[in-house]
Amino acid sequence: MALLSRFFASPGSLRELGIVGMNGRNIDLIARLNPRRLYPLVDNKLKTKQLAEQHGIPVPGLIHAVDTQRDIRELPRLLARRSGFAVKPAKGSGGKGILVITGRRPGEFIKSSGMSLRLRDISHHVSNILSGLFSLGGSPDTAVIEELIEPDPLYDDLSVEGVPDIRIIVYRGIPIMAMMRLSTRASDGKANLHQGAVGVGLCIQTGRSVNAVQFSDLVTSHPDSGADLRSIEIPNWPDMLELSARCADATGLGYLGCDVVLDVNRGPLLLELNARPGLAIQISNGSGLAPRVAAVDALPSSALLEAPADRAHRAQSMFAASA
Amino acid sequence: MRVASRTRRRISLIGIVGALVIVGVSMSVHRHYTADVPWLPGEEKLIWSIEASVEFVGNGRPAKVTLRRPTDQQGFSVLSESGASPGYGLAFLDDGDLPAAQWTTREARGLQRLYYRAEVLQRSAGGIEDNVPAPALRSPSWEEPFSTAVNAILDKAYQQSSDPFTMARQLTALFQAREPAQDVQLLINGVGSENLTALLADMLQSRDIPAATVYGLLLEDGRRRQRLRPLLRVWSGDESQVFRLDQEPAESRRPLLLWQPTRGYTLEVEGGSSSELFFSMIRSEQTDYGQVARALGTANGWLGFSIHDLPIEEQAMFKTILLLPVGALVVCLLRILVGLRTSGTFMPVLIALAFIETSLLTGLIGFLLVVSVGLMIRSYMSHLNLLLVARISAVIITVIAIIALFSVFSYEVGLTEGLKITFFPMIILSWTVERMSILWEEEGWKEVAIQGSGSLLTAVAAYLAMTNPWIRHLSFNFIGLQLVVLALIILLGNYSGYRLLELRRFRAMVGPKPDAS
Repeated sequence: MALLSRFFASPGSLRELGIVGMNGRNIDLIARLNPRRLYPLVDNKLKTKQLAEQHGIPVPGLIHAVDTQRDIRELPRLLARRSGFAVKPAKGSGGKGILVITGRRPGEFIKSSGMSLRLRDISHHVSNILSGLFSLGGSPDTAVIEELIEPDPLYDDLSVEGVPDIRIIVYRGIPIMAMMRLSTRASDGKANLHQGAVGVGLCIQTGRSVNAVQFSDLVTSHPDSGADLRSIEIPNWPDMLELSARCADATGLGYLGCDVVLDVNRGPLLLELNARPGLAIQISNGSGLAPRVAAVDALPSSALLEAPADRAHRAQSMFAASA
Repeated sequence: MRVASRTRRRISLIGIVGALVIVGVSMSVHRHYTADVPWLPGEEKLIWSIEASVEFVGNGRPAKVTLRRPTDQQGFSVLSESGASPGYGLAFLDDGDLPAAQWTTREARGLQRLYYRAEVLQRSAGGIEDNVPAPALRSPSWEEPFSTAVNAILDKAYQQSSDPFTMARQLTALFQAREPAQDVQLLINGVGSENLTALLADMLQSRDIPAATVYGLLLEDGRRRQRLRPLLRVWSGDESQVFRLDQEPAESRRPLLLWQPTRGYTLEVEGGSSSELFFSMIRSEQTDYGQVARALGTANGWLGFSIHDLPIEEQAMFKTILLLPVGALVVCLLRILVGLRTSGTFMPVLIALAFIETSLLTGLIGFLLVVSVGLMIRSYMSHLNLLLVARISAVIITVIAIIALFSVFSYEVGLTEGLKITFFPMIILSWTVERMSILWEEEGWKEVAIQGSGSLLTAVAAYLAMTNPWIRHLSFNFIGLQLVVLALIILLGNYSGYRLLELRRFRAMVGPKPDAS
C-alpha cells in the first residue's frame, strides 16, 4: 500500500483537492458548455482575430492574411519595410509552424533564434502553411502575418525564447484560474508544460505568483536564468482579467482558455483562444478547478450577465490566494 | 437548473443502457433456450460448413455444370447439402459411386455464380470407411531420358519398401527431399512441380499399383477463396491411403476432407468458359444447434435473427467483424479508465486483427520492424519538404516496399513465418509511421515511445480479448450480446471520474505521502 501511494494519489484525495480529470473536463465542462459549432471561432486564428476586433478586444496588428499561393508574390512588397513580424498558420495548434522574425540585415531576415533566412525561405514556409502542413488533418490553411509584440521588459529574465504568455481559464464568463508559461532550455523554447516549460500559477485576486512547477516539481527560480519566480507580479492585472471575460462573451464558450501577452506599448493583447484548455494549470496553481467551478455555479444567474469589468472584479474578490 | 438537466440526462442514459441490456440479454437467453446454443464453446463435436462457389462465363447457350460432392469418409460425415443458383435447375446425382451436383439452364450469359453448400460433421475417430474402388490400371509410358529416370527411381523405392503403401511413401520422400537426386530433379523440371502428384500416380501405375490424383480440402476456420489440393491416393486390395505432397508443417495438423476421392474431374462445365472453383469454410462448435438455429431463423422472425442465415463466405467475414466491438470496448477501457495514449484511436484494434492472422510474436516483431524502418526512411523524407498527400503516398509505397523486402528475405532464409507480414493493414501502418514521425519532430522521442508502447499494449490486450475462445463463441453465436457491449461503451462514455494514470499525474499535488502511520 505504501508503495502504491508513493506512485499514485488516491481518487478520494484528488477529489478533496477538487482536481478535475480529463474525463470530467470532457464531459462536465467541454461537452456541456462548448457547443461544437463555436469551435471554428477559436480554432482559426484569423477568425479569432476578426472576432476580437469586432468586440474591441486588442490583438497584435494584422499585416496580411495570405490565403492563395498566388498571394505569396505580394510578400516582398508587404515585408519590405518590416523589421519584425510573425507568420502563423491560422489553423495550427500547439505553436506549430510559427515563424518569428525579429530583425533584418540587407537581403536577410533574422529569426528569433538568431538564424538568418532569405525571402525565398519565408515564401516557402508560407506555401507550406497554405498547403496544410501545420493544420489539423492537413486541410488547406491561411497564413497570418502579424506585427511583433514588444514584451514588457519585466519578462526579460523569465523566458529563454519568445514571449511568456498568460493562460486564463474563463468559466461561464468568469475568470477562475490563471498561469504564466515560461519556456526553458529543457522545453526547447516551447511553452508546453509537459515538455519542460515552467508553469507559474497566478493569484486571480492580485496577479502575483503563488506557485511554480516544472515537470510536476515545485521550483522557486527559473532553471536557466535563475530569475526569482516567487515575486512575479503581473502589471495591468485587472485589465487582463477583463479582457479574458470579454473573450468569453465574444465567443459564447463556457469553458475557455485565453492566452494573453502584455505589450509594452499597447497593454494586454489576446494571442489566441482555446476551447479545450488543458488541466496542467491545476498543478501550476497547486489547487483544483472543481471548487472554483462550483463557486461560479453557485452565483445568481444575474451575476453572470454583468459587464466584463464587473465580472473580473467579482472574480478577484472570489478567488483570493489559496496558497 | 443545471442539476435538473443533469438528472434528466442521467435518467435517459439509464433508460437507454437498461433497454439495451434487457433486449440484448433476452435475445441471448431466448437463443440459448430455443436454439440450444450453449453458453460455453464445446470442443467434442465440430461441424464444418463448407461452401463451394463455381464461377464461369456463360456463352449464351444452354449450360450444364457438374460438381463432385463430398461423401461420408474416414473422420467426416456429411449432414446436409444445399445449393443456391437462381435460374438454374439443380439435381443431386447419386448414380454410380461418385455423387455430384448438377446445375442446368437453357441460357447462361455473362458471369455466372453457383453455390453448393455442405454441413460436414468432423469425428475425432471412427466414421464410415469409404470404399471407393481402385481405378482401372493404365500403363503410362515416358520418353527418354525420362523413362530411364522413372525406372531408376521406381527401382530404388521398390528396394526400400515392402508393400504398395510403403513404396508410395518412399517415392514421395524421394521427391520431397531437400536436395533431390539428379534423376528426380530431372523429372521435377520435366513435368513442372504442379504436376508432381499426377506424375507419382502414373509412376505407381506403371508398376501395377493402383494410384490416382485425388483432390481434398484443408479445413481451417474462416478461410475464403480456397482451392482444392491435389493428393496422391494409393490402393492395395480393399485398403487405400492418401499422401500429401508439398505441405507446410502447419498444414499437416489441419483436417483434410477428400472432395474428389478418385480419378476424374471435379468440375465439368458445358456451355461456358473460364470456370473457377473456390471454397469458403467456417467451423461451428456444436453439433445440433446449427441446423436448429437455421430452421428457427426463417421460422420466427427477428428474435431468431442469426448470422447463420448468411452464405458461408459472409459468415466467415462476420466472425471477424463481430469481434470488432470487443476490440473497441478494450480501447475504451484502456483510454477512459486507464488513460493510455495511443497513436490513432482505433489503430490498435486493426493491428490486433493483423495479430490474429500472424500469431502474436510474429506480429509484434513484424510491426516493430516495419514501423521502425518506416520511421527511419520517413525521417529522411522530411528533408524533402513534400506536401501532405504526396508524403503519405510516399510513406505507403515505402511501407509496401519494406513488407515486400521482409517477405522475400524471410522466405530466402527459410522463415515462412515472415511471409505473414503481408497481413498487416498497410494504409494503417503508413499513417502510424507518418503520425509517429511528426510526433517525433514536434514532441521528441519520449512521446513516440509513450504512444507507441501504449498502442502496442492496447493492441495486445485487444488481441487477447478477441482470441479468447469463449468471447469468440459468445460474440458470434449471441448477436444480442453486441447490444450489451454497446451499453457498456455508452456507460464508459459517461464516466467522468479520474483515469488511473491521472492518479499518478496529480500525485505531487497530494502533499507528502502519508507514510508516517
